[in-house]
Amino acid sequence: MTSHPIISIENLRKTFAATAGGEDVTVFEDVWISIEKGEFVCLIGHSGCGKTTLLNILAGLDKATEGCIVVEGTEVTGPSLDRAVIFQSHALMPWMTAYKNIAFAVKSRWPQWSREQIKEHCQKYIDMVHLTGSEDKKQTQLSGGMKQRVGIARALAIQPSIMLMDEPFSALDALTRGSLQDEVLNICTKTEQTSFMITHDIDEAILLADKIILMTNGPHAKICEIVENTLPKNRSRNDMHLHPNYYPMRNHLIEFLVNRSKLFEEELSSSSYDPRKPPVVRPQADPAAIKEPPFNSYHQAAQ
Amino acid sequence: MVASPKLRATILSLIIFTVFILFWHLAIQTGGSDRNLGAAMDPEYAALMGKSAKTGASALPGPLEVGKELWKHLTNPFYDNGPNDKGLGIQLAYSLARVLIGFSLAVLIAVPLGFLIGMSQMLSRALDPFIQVLKPISPLAWMPLALYTIKDSGVSSIFVIFICSVWPILMNTSFGVASVRREWLNVARTLEVGRFRTACQVILPAAAPTIMTGMRIAIGIAWLVIVAAEMLVGGTGIGYFVWNEWNNLSITSILVAIISIGLIGMMLDLCLASLAKTVAYNE
Repeated sequence: MTSHPIISIENLRKTFAATAGGEDVTVFEDVWISIEKGEFVCLIGHSGCGKTTLLNILAGLDKATEGCIVVEGTEVTGPSLDRAVIFQSHALMPWMTAYKNIAFAVKSRWPQWSREQIKEHCQKYIDMVHLTGSEDKKQTQLSGGMKQRVGIARALAIQPSIMLMDEPFSALDALTRGSLQDEVLNICTKTEQTSFMITHDIDEAILLADKIILMTNGPHAKICEIVENTLPKNRSRNDMHLHPNYYPMRNHLIEFLVNRSKLFEEELSSSSYDPRKPPVVRPQADPAAIKEPPFNSYHQAAQ
Repeated sequence: MVASPKLRATILSLIIFTVFILFWHLAIQTGGSDRNLGAAMDPEYAALMGKSAKTGASALPGPLEVGKELWKHLTNPFYDNGPNDKGLGIQLAYSLARVLIGFSLAVLIAVPLGFLIGMSQMLSRALDPFIQVLKPISPLAWMPLALYTIKDSGVSSIFVIFICSVWPILMNTSFGVASVRREWLNVARTLEVGRFRTACQVILPAAAPTIMTGMRIAIGIAWLVIVAAEMLVGGTGIGYFVWNEWNNLSITSILVAIISIGLIGMMLDLCLASLAKTVAYNE
């Protein structure tokens, strides 16, 4: 990795001040992450390990206790239009229509634009997330999936250099989640959108991410390791489970979430762990299994 | 035929109204238990009260009398025969004007102030003791002070209306502003929306339903207080009219005034309710 990463999280620590009678709580510490341009990174960890706090600090909504985040050569000191956030609960303004919600964001990005310019720009993104025809609906008339689509369109419409997603699909039912994942994957691959997403859904991470960051349990959570996705880039939700690397990936992640995430302290003492360079692993099947049969014939056999 | 629930409710309302009027009418006609009481009445006291007491009929007017009187006022609401005999319309207009002026002043001051209190925790804490002490004071307790300093009874009653409307609006505005959902503010922050635009386009619409509730409570209280305030300062207004008619011992006129106070109060509330509907939103 010779190029400069677009995001560089350096030695981040977050400590919440003690409430009456308690002690200070350090949620995570020694967190070093770097994200390259165009990369899709997922962060996986149990609740309570400070995932959302980490994302909020990255978004500029929260402050770190120690360490810093450098985005495109500048330190993060507050929120910025270059870092769009898709919130877990869509966070639409209920008194605005779907269109107005997106236009609100576009107007913030380009205040000098005319009404027509804004309309044209918004329409492009409304079409992109397949909401054409629902522009004038208010939140109550939109289904859960549609609301999140508006949230996605709002984030994409300001053309951020980085998209931050905080478990964006966790409140949706499985079918809606699946189709939205496909769309996000599609859009992000097409536009080479740098994305950082928090999730605790393993399949979601395998489908979307190029790089999966494993975070141990809090308090004192750390980056355990970085898993590089060994599945081919053109994977899709329908056939990725047929790839020989799918189960090695999945098993590795489950093993982490079930066992290793809480026993990491022991693991740490017995190895040469460097928080600046967490180990990178590439779980895959035996090389022989990948060659024979190749992924494409697997795909065809399934059909 | 099955009538819609709305129609059925209307029919039931009309039935209740008719039954009430009928009972009222019958109770006045027969004098009810008053007849027995009349027999036991001290003759000297009966003489003092005039013949009507002796006959046992109630001194309360019946619905027909009140209706007639109401019709008289409705057909000629704006006559002016000197300070003690003005039309009901004129008196109500005086009261309404005072309420609307006082209420509008309260809105103009309480909404921006509530905004500041809601946005700043420091200001909220600093002003809280003052608000807590001032809020429970009966607005009428301010009246002597107002009369002493302002030296004008009309302006004083406007001031009393102002002071009683200000608290509910202030409390609701600051509460509404303080409880705007964190995530909406975060959306505005990530979009780098300026403070003023956030206040106008995010916080105000988010808090508007709560502010409107405060305004509805305030106008209700204001309409209650204006009657008492006008009884106190006299001169004009529906409160003065009621007190004047009490001095005339015209129960019929008082009943007419009571009915019209109720109707105007309902209208005020309906106006604000429809205004509230325009800013309401569902989540």
